[in-house]
Amino acid sequence: MNDSTETLQQTPEITRKEMDNPDKTDFRQDYISFRNYNFYYGATQVLFEVNLDIPERQVTALIGPSGCGKSTLLRNINRMNDLVDGIRHEGELLIDGTSAYDPTVEVISLRKRIGMVFQKSNPFAKSIYENVVYGLRVAGRKKKSTLDEAVETSLRRAALWDEVKDRLGESAFGLSGGQMQRLCIARAIANNPEIILMDEPCSALDPVATGKIEDLIHDLKKEYTIVIVTHNMQQAARVSDRTAFFYLGKLIEYDETEKMFMNPAQKQTEDYVRGRFG
Amino acid sequence: MERFFDKELDKFRSDLSIMGAKAIEQVRKVTEALVEHDVELAQKVRDADNEVDELEKQIDAEAIRYMTLRNPVASELRLVVVGMKASHDLERVADEATNIAKRIPRIAEEKPLKDYIDLPRMSEIAIEMLDDALEALFSNDLEKAKAVLLRDKEVDRLDKQLYRELSGFMLENPKVTTVALELMFISRSLERIADHAGNIAEEVIFLIHGKDVRHTPVKKILKED
Repeated sequence: MNDSTETLQQTPEITRKEMDNPDKTDFRQDYISFRNYNFYYGATQVLFEVNLDIPERQVTALIGPSGCGKSTLLRNINRMNDLVDGIRHEGELLIDGTSAYDPTVEVISLRKRIGMVFQKSNPFAKSIYENVVYGLRVAGRKKKSTLDEAVETSLRRAALWDEVKDRLGESAFGLSGGQMQRLCIARAIANNPEIILMDEPCSALDPVATGKIEDLIHDLKKEYTIVIVTHNMQQAARVSDRTAFFYLGKLIEYDETEKMFMNPAQKQTEDYVRGRFG
Repeated sequence: MERFFDKELDKFRSDLSIMGAKAIEQVRKVTEALVEHDVELAQKVRDADNEVDELEKQIDAEAIRYMTLRNPVASELRLVVVGMKASHDLERVADEATNIAKRIPRIAEEKPLKDYIDLPRMSEIAIEMLDDALEALFSNDLEKAKAVLLRDKEVDRLDKQLYRELSGFMLENPKVTTVALELMFISRSLERIADHAGNIAEEVIFLIHGKDVRHTPVKKILKED
């Protein structure tokens, strides 16, 4: 059962693995692990017995028709659903081996480890610079050199630095849609998270901006575990290493993306990826 | 704009180029084995055939993966499709080289009917055609592809000429029938190798123009853009 009361105890410190290790086999294959997971909004069950292991430093795409539970699942990872009244869950959600609902896990600390990027870019009504350092300031970081460094590093990682370095003090609203979305990614990674959740990050962008975000996702997986919800089959195929197909709250099939799009085991998956569902 | 998966296409091109070089090497070696009556070299050609087979499978897998995951369209889609077809042609080229290699021990034991002049010439032209067709593929060179199509006739002419000559030998002296027949088959294999080069050239025209020129008279292809 979900315990929405946040404890004041500190989150156990989980050390990030060496960043420069290119051998993915050394990384956890169950970095995020749902085990017999059920989830309810009030009396309505939206996830049914989900068993899903999301590997570390890979891109995992969640696909399925609207209402299949993929966004709900994504929002369980950083416990964003805690904000909704009447929710409850059964089963386990482990992040790097520790239960996300462990009484010793403080939800704020959990969310610091998990960045999130939404469908519509949502920069704050602040400068580009202040958008990036927002999380750091909330965490009490004040030293200018530290913040400056974080801004440059995050914007570089988000492939935005070259486009904005001369106007960091200008309003974030002056950026294009694609730039704003990359700014939101920079803001998410400024807190040095381990996981980045993306909920339809490109659906409001044109193909060129989408291409840039997709390339960025590919680049970011060297350092972060990425989970992306997308309605765009081609995008799931392009950016993800593994794909999970959900239907009516159930995980129908989960495999390497190439297998899912070339030779899926389930007929429902085949129908969905071929665009002949229903 | 460069994309993160562009290097996958670079690798696809590179593997196709390696396969092309390997197939051409097989033709070159088997021609040498034929001229020099080198049974050992012929066996080496037979042994190496599986390398080309494996490259064909690898290129197919790369192409299918790219089509599955990267959603290629327009010229990129044509490149992947043409690459798959060209790899099939190259695999057939290597198979023909192996067919020739299998015949070499049978004729090496017999007294040569005459000096080998036409067969090495056919092989030389076929190799040049393959080289040019692949170069046209990698550099999108339409004129080079068309020139390859024109040369196919030279090989056909030599094949027919050899057929007549070898038929004459058989009529004159039935004892040489076995060797003459083997040489006829070898000539036909070389003619087919040139045909595969022609196929690749036609595929290059599809790659550049998106136009399917298969089964079209060469004259008509050359007249069109």
